[in-house]
Amino acid sequence: MKAIYILWLRQIKRYYRSKSRVVGSLGQPLLFLVALGFGFGPIYQRAGGGNYIQFLAPGVIAMSIIFTAVFMGIEIIWDKQFGFLKETLVAPVSRFKIMIGRTLGGGTVAVLQGIIVFLISLIVGFRPMDLNLLPLAFVFMILIAVLFTAIGTAIASVLEDMQGFQLIMNFLLMPLFFLSGALFPLDGMPEAIVLVASIDPLSYGVDGLRATMVDGAHFGLSVDILVLSVVTAIFVAIGSYLFSKIQI
Amino acid sequence: MIEVKNLVKRFGGFTAVDNVSFTVKNGDIFAFLGPNGAGKTTTIKMLTTLLKPTSGEILINGNDPTKDQDEVRRSFGIVFQDPSLDDELTAYENMQFHGILYGVPKKIREERIEQLMKFVELWDRRNDLVKHFSGGMKRRLEVARGLIHHPKILFLDEPTLGLDPHAEPSLELYKEFKQRKGNDGFLHDSLYGRSRESGEESCDYRQWEINRPGNAKRADGNYQIRKFGRLFLGFDRKVNPR
Repeated sequence: MKAIYILWLRQIKRYYRSKSRVVGSLGQPLLFLVALGFGFGPIYQRAGGGNYIQFLAPGVIAMSIIFTAVFMGIEIIWDKQFGFLKETLVAPVSRFKIMIGRTLGGGTVAVLQGIIVFLISLIVGFRPMDLNLLPLAFVFMILIAVLFTAIGTAIASVLEDMQGFQLIMNFLLMPLFFLSGALFPLDGMPEAIVLVASIDPLSYGVDGLRATMVDGAHFGLSVDILVLSVVTAIFVAIGSYLFSKIQI
Repeated sequence: MIEVKNLVKRFGGFTAVDNVSFTVKNGDIFAFLGPNGAGKTTTIKMLTTLLKPTSGEILINGNDPTKDQDEVRRSFGIVFQDPSLDDELTAYENMQFHGILYGVPKKIREERIEQLMKFVELWDRRNDLVKHFSGGMKRRLEVARGLIHHPKILFLDEPTLGLDPHAEPSLELYKEFKQRKGNDGFLHDSLYGRSRESGEESCDYRQWEINRPGNAKRADGNYQIRKFGRLFLGFDRKVNPR
């Protein structure tokens, strides 16, 4: 337990010490909220969608969580290159515990980032419908964060260096985000898009956040939480397996 | 006690370690010598559970690093050839991280960390981030860190790399811990990876050479560690002790 705790604590410390990274990673969600929110707002309104900021904010919160989470997972590559990973791998702690500690640490940081973006969205004009449902929204944030940290860990366990990072951003993370219904409603979309969205695990996370924050779920709350939990469990297992196979 | 039998490591078609066998008894200081790329670090990685051997047998205090990983990991400390500190943490936090990971109880941990950090003259800098340390300071911190859990075996892979050979207290530290062997029995075996001059006065050690490809020659004998640097430089010549 203590080993998991110290691994978790390390991630948290690294996070709050790199102020520039905290601020820097808020730029993108802020831009999305302001530029897209206000830019598409009038059109969305005219099309009968209602307030676009209300629709967009949960998606942008999810975005900030997944980008932070994947990056926290991918940090293992840094640790490989700067040598610190060796120090943890020769310690008498199972690889599974190391992976769990790191994933919880990364997940916590990603959730914190999500909460900050949530607070920013309040300033921009977002209003959650039912404050009683916010704890459930928090559960979704945690699930998304853990899922994507585990994905990052899995990828980092296989990659040798950061060269492949761009590939992951453009061919995995961006598609997962754009096809998740974070920016546009899935109702009334072409079937192909809906199909792709329904195999994108993030869709269920975004849908769950939206269901708990502003109502209007596409898949339904129970489907969201079930699918997301199962997929998260699967990816934590895959991440642990690949992490346990690391040889330096 | 370290026993290695017919150890082989291949990466694809490339043979990095070719059929190496040796034994290190309790209390020995064992020097592991060879030219660049001979496979010294790869061997140490296999001994310390970081790499799986292609074939051959390893026993670390009777445990197999491929099977009883935790037992093996508990029994050794290591100072790696290349840096292995977290730059974003303070010196103290790096030490603490290690102590907790190795399950050293809080009180003992705090005592040892203070003692070791004072020894390597970094106690005053304990709250500084490691990224602001010089190469030599980092090295000293790593040496101190490897000893927090009082390992039975200490692996030092090029431990003097980046150290000022005469003035550095970390070499004194090796000596100090070696001398304590009689008292509390720790540091039974040591594996020096091509160490340079270490300043220690009188220790028995065996020397070992890996010649690529394949044939490993072994020369037993008692030498003064003091002659170590010269021994390495004049490797092909017969070196007389003292």
